[in-house]
Parts: sequence; C-alpha cells; structure tokens
Amino acid sequence: MENKTYTISVYSENNIGLLNRISAIFLKRHINLLSLTTSESEIKDVFRFVIVVEVPSEQVRKVVQQIEKQIDVIKAFYHTDEETIFQETALYKVKSSALFEERQIQNIIKHSHANIVTVSPEFFVIEKTGFREETEKLRTDLAPYGLLQFVRSGRISVTKAKMGISEILNTFKNNKNR
Amino acid sequence: MDAKTKEQQQTQSQDSLHISGAEAVIRCLLAEGANLVYGYPGGAIMPIYDELYKFQDQLHHVLTRHEQGATHAAQGYARTSGKVGVALATSGPGATNLVTGIADAQIDSTPMVCITGQVASHLLGSDAFQETDIIGISTPVTKWNYQITKASEIPEILAKAFYIARSGRPGPVLIDITKDAQFESFDFQYEKCTGIRSYKPVPTLEQTSIDEAAALINSAKKPFIVWGQGVILGNAEDAFKAFIEKSGIPAAWTILGLSALPTSHPLNMGMVGMHGNYAPNLLTNQCDVLIAIGMRFDDRVTGDLKTYAKQAKIIHLELDPAEINKNVYADVAVLADCRESLAALTQKIEPKTHTDWIQKFKALDAIEQEKVIQKDLHPTKAGLTMGEAVEMINKHSKGDAIIVTDVGQHQMVACRYAKFNQSKSNVTSGGLGTMGFALPAAIGAKMGAPDREVVAIIGDGGYQMTIQELGTIFQQDVAVKIVVLNNDFLGMVRQWQQLFFDRRYASTEMVNPDFVTIAKGYHIEGTSVKDRPSLDKAVATMMASKKPYFLEICVEKEDNVFPMIPTGASVSDIRLE
Repeated sequence: MENKTYTISVYSENNIGLLNRISAIFLKRHINLLSLTTSESEIKDVFRFVIVVEVPSEQVRKVVQQIEKQIDVIKAFYHTDEETIFQETALYKVKSSALFEERQIQNIIKHSHANIVTVSPEFFVIEKTGFREETEKLRTDLAPYGLLQFVRSGRISVTKAKMGISEILNTFKNNKNR
Repeated sequence: MDAKTKEQQQTQSQDSLHISGAEAVIRCLLAEGANLVYGYPGGAIMPIYDELYKFQDQLHHVLTRHEQGATHAAQGYARTSGKVGVALATSGPGATNLVTGIADAQIDSTPMVCITGQVASHLLGSDAFQETDIIGISTPVTKWNYQITKASEIPEILAKAFYIARSGRPGPVLIDITKDAQFESFDFQYEKCTGIRSYKPVPTLEQTSIDEAAALINSAKKPFIVWGQGVILGNAEDAFKAFIEKSGIPAAWTILGLSALPTSHPLNMGMVGMHGNYAPNLLTNQCDVLIAIGMRFDDRVTGDLKTYAKQAKIIHLELDPAEINKNVYADVAVLADCRESLAALTQKIEPKTHTDWIQKFKALDAIEQEKVIQKDLHPTKAGLTMGEAVEMINKHSKGDAIIVTDVGQHQMVACRYAKFNQSKSNVTSGGLGTMGFALPAAIGAKMGAPDREVVAIIGDGGYQMTIQELGTIFQQDVAVKIVVLNNDFLGMVRQWQQLFFDRRYASTEMVNPDFVTIAKGYHIEGTSVKDRPSLDKAVATMMASKKPYFLEICVEKEDNVFPMIPTGASVSDIRLE
C-alpha cells in the first residue's frame, strides 16, 4: 500500500513518560517520525501532540488505535494534509555584514514575507512561518550568503473538523457526578 | 452494618493516619484486597519490606528465588483467582528481572501490579548504585507505569494502578517508588479509584451492532465460533454457554480461551491454530460466518492472513477497540464487555441446530482421531508419548485439576489433550511464549485456588529456566504437582529443525541432571517413570499426595506434535503428519 503524509493529533494528560510511551508505539513498528511537536491545547492541562508520519493508511489507523489505547491519552486522530491547516516555523541566522554588503538579500527577505527577529552588529535572525516549500525556498535563497544557523520547527496543525475534546471530558465529569 | 457504612468508617479511621510512604504502600495493598504478594527484597525497597514485617499477619509475602518467579507467580495467582497479582522487587537488577513477566502479562492481558523500589529522588539520573530506568524499560510492556517521588502521591497512584490493572482489558502496571518517598511521612487517606478521565475501560454497547450481528447469525448456514480469553476475563462463561447452546453453533478455542467451556461440551470443537485440531482449522475456511469472541487473531491462530476465512463474514465481539480490524477485518464489530454483548446477542438469535454442519466437524475429527490422536494417546511403540502422560493425568484428575503449562511441545500436547470441567483451569504463557513460566506460575495458581488440584506440566528445557522456584515451593509448602515431560531435547525447536532445517539439531539436545535428586534436594518427594506399566501408578501416587510432588516422565526423544500449520501457511494447509 502507498505511503501518505498523515498528521496525528493526540490529546493527552501532561504526564512524565507519555512522550516515551507514544514514541515507543512507533518504534515497535519501525516507523520514523517526520516531526513531533507538543504544547498545551485549547483546554488547560490538556496537552496536544502533533506528529507527522509517512505511512500507508492501514498503518496510521492501527497506530492511532494503539495511541488512543494508552491510559493517559484522551483522544487521538489522524488527518491528511487536505483535512488540516498546518505550518512550520524556521529561523535563519545570517552574518550582519551580508545584509549591508549584498543588496539582493534585502529583496529575498521582502519577497519571502519573512520577519527580522533581531539584528546585532555580528548577525541577524530571520523568522519565516509557512509550508515546508516556503521555508525551504528561503533556506536555498539565503544559502549563498552564508547561513550561520538554520532550524525548523515540527509541524503545528489544526484540523478543519471539530475535535470535541471538551465534550469527552464533560461526559466523564457528568458520569462521575451521577 | 452494610458494606457502605463499613467502608465509610474505615475511611474515617484512616483520616488521621500520619505514616511513612512505605506503610502507606502496605495499607493501599490491603485496601485493594491484596493480602498475598510475591517478591524479592533489596536495598531500594527495604523500607517497604520493613513494613511487610510489621504487617505479616495481614499480608503474606512469598519470597521467590528470582524476581521473574515473582511475576509469574503473581500471574498464576491472577489467572486462577481472577484478582490482581502483586509482585515486589528492588531497583536495578530486581526491576529488570521483572520485565519478562510483565511482558508476558501484557500480551496475555493478566492483571498485575508490580512495585519496584528506586534510588532516592536526589540520585535519579546520577547512575547511582542499582539505579535503572525501569519506567523507560517497562513502558512498551505495561498498560501503565508511574514513578512516585513523593509519599503523598502513593495513595492516589496505587489506587489508579489497581484500577487500571483490573479494569477493561486487564494488564500489568508498574509503580516505581523512590526510597525517600518510602521513608517520607505524610497524612494518609485512601480512596479507591473509580474512573480516569482519559481512560474508558469498557466501551458502550451499541444496539445496532447487536442487531447486525444477530441478522448475520440468523441467516448463517455454516456459522463457526472462535473464542478467546475474553470470555474468561469477562466472567462470561455462562453467557457464552447460553449463546452457543441457543445458536447451536460449533465453537473452538484459542489457547488462552481453553477451559471457558467444559471439554465434554458437545459444541466444543477443540483448539484452533498452529497445533490446533484438524476440523476447526480446516472449517475456518469453509464457514460462512465467523464469530470471534474475546480473541485477537494472533498469527499462531490465523496462519496466513491472506487466506484466513476470506469466504466468511466476520463478527468480532471485543472489548479493546485497538483489536478491531488489527489483523482481520470485521464486517460487524461488537465493542463491549462480552458478557454484556453475548447476553444481548442471545436474546436476538433464533434457536438452531446446525446438524449437517456439525457433522462435518465430526467427520474431520474422525480423521484426526485415526491419524494423530489414537497414536498419541494409545501408542503401540515402546517409548512413552506426551499424549498418554497427559491422558493419564486426565484419568486421575477427572478433569478437575488446574493445568499449568510452560512453552513448547508439552504445552501443545497438554492443551490439546487435557480435560477441563471448569473455567480458569488453564494457565499457560500464550502470547509471549515464555519458557520458565510454568513452575512459578503454578505456585501462584495454587495460592489463587488453594482448594483445587494444580498440576504443572513442564518440558525439561523450560523447567530448568526457573527450577530454583522449587525452593519457594518447599519453603511455602505449596502443594503443586510438578510433571516434567522429559525428552532430553528442546522438543519444539528440534521438531522445527527436523521439518524445516534438514534435521540440523543445533543446540537443542540437552544433557539433563537427575531431576528427582534435585527435587529431593529441595525436600520435595518425587519419582521418575520410564515405561508404560509404571505410569498409571506413578500418576496415581502423585495425585494422591497432599504435599508438593515431583514426577519425571521420560518420553520419546524425537516425537513431533501434529497436526501442524507451518508458519505462514494457510489454516487449510494443516498437516496431519
């Protein structure tokens, strides 16, 4: 079966060791993660993992079933790129001299809609948020001017469809109060 | 006084307790009804052992001879009592020695709580003496695990541990407690865990799935049931029996489902899978509706998935959503506790008798009887067979014994031929295939069901993997009957070498010690049988003994277990010889 890019979203408790537990599910099946990002979600104390993998649809379904089975996981979903809105952020550190010596670099920054985060006598830092192709293009464009450092975040993503995590948590609360 | 007031009073009486974390652990165990634990002491768990000493009247600790033995004993206990087994170990090697038993409990869904000591929290990560990352190590093989670094966490976390271990699909939980948390004093209060917001142990039964399943069953001409341990774990034996009797559907078991239905039941068609019975394996690929109940389509059951029951509609009654469509696609998935779903389904189905279809099972069974079973149980050759040894145990147990098996040829033979009258009587390592499981598991099995006869049937290989537990049997005076079927070979591996590796017997022949002398060294009475005429009396003597007893039965060295579905072959390609 054909590989496809899937974004897995995991809503969970914020417990030590859960990251290990989730990554072990991929390890056991010999799946490489393309990216992994975690942060607090729209609900306080509920965390959200965003994991990107490239696997057949059968496999992503089974993996998500296994993730959701974990005690501290509230709910797990998987989506195709078309079903999500996603971005990555990249930081580019360039020598400050390049900014003044090479006029072209100013055009690159302007056209890429990147932001200058900081400027010092030695270096300046550009930030660009967008799709992979966009951050990658800026990287290629800046490369001739000497990229001192480059780093790109994992994918962050929200889904077009509703997640309904609050409803799940409320059902639990109501059942408990009964 | 009703139970509730009593419980309230108990809680109130604990309100003012200012105690150490170690004592809290003991009180939590008692509050969870655990009055029997298996374990092995060591530096990082000494505060808890000190409390065990103080509480020895209420909480019986069984000192095994190795931590692995503690886990298997806890498993055996859980499997026959239906309660949560508890194992204790110290940090480092104590904790790592638990891993095999934990992995075994995970894959066979056995409720178990393991408590490990850990170095003091200020030493975590410093590579301290006997420090190991047991949370990291045990993560992939536990249902849940947690490291406690403060005494105040103990009541809530242990309550959660027991709740998680026993609820839903049961499994092992490991709680690692730093030594300083064991020493620390705090105000103890215990409240049982009744729910966790991120965890739904039992899915809500959807009536539509019952309706769809019932419709399929009612229109089926050749329906077939395969049941697994879910029937036992769900205490659904009666509901299951009612279901098959009303539907008249022939049923076969996976190795862990064994004993949920008496062997003698007319609809019990035997075992499916690699060394299962001829009829149920072959007819898997002829049935029109396959009803899988509390089983997970293990590869040893299905053989080649591409040719597994492709002609049939599949109904899967299952508790764990992750098992649905994992290996075999379910046309109808009934997600629920099977006790509930079976009862609902029984109401909706029409009473039937599938006489012609059952006749097919009987015809194929006659072939297996002639080609395999007769030769196994009533051999005419000189050497003893494993089959006749098991049959002799049947004769004397009358099917009332708990049979504990290890892994290998003896296990397959015992599960094929042992007779069972009641549930929770088959204790074996199924999914993980852990050699060395049986001897310690038999200790727990007996302690979990002290009024029942427990016979451990073990191969000479697996026996020597945990043979030191004879010491536990002697010290605790656990009246288990130990039968070693000795062929001086790692028989199953040898069988594969014979069939698939051109008889290159690489490291499978064993030069064995005098097992009777070893048993006697542990003050366990025993004898050895080498010929047919002595077998009956030897087994009779063993079964009549009120004490632990050891019986070595020397069997044919190079017998094979048949039928057999070679790895990766279709269930239709089952071989009789």
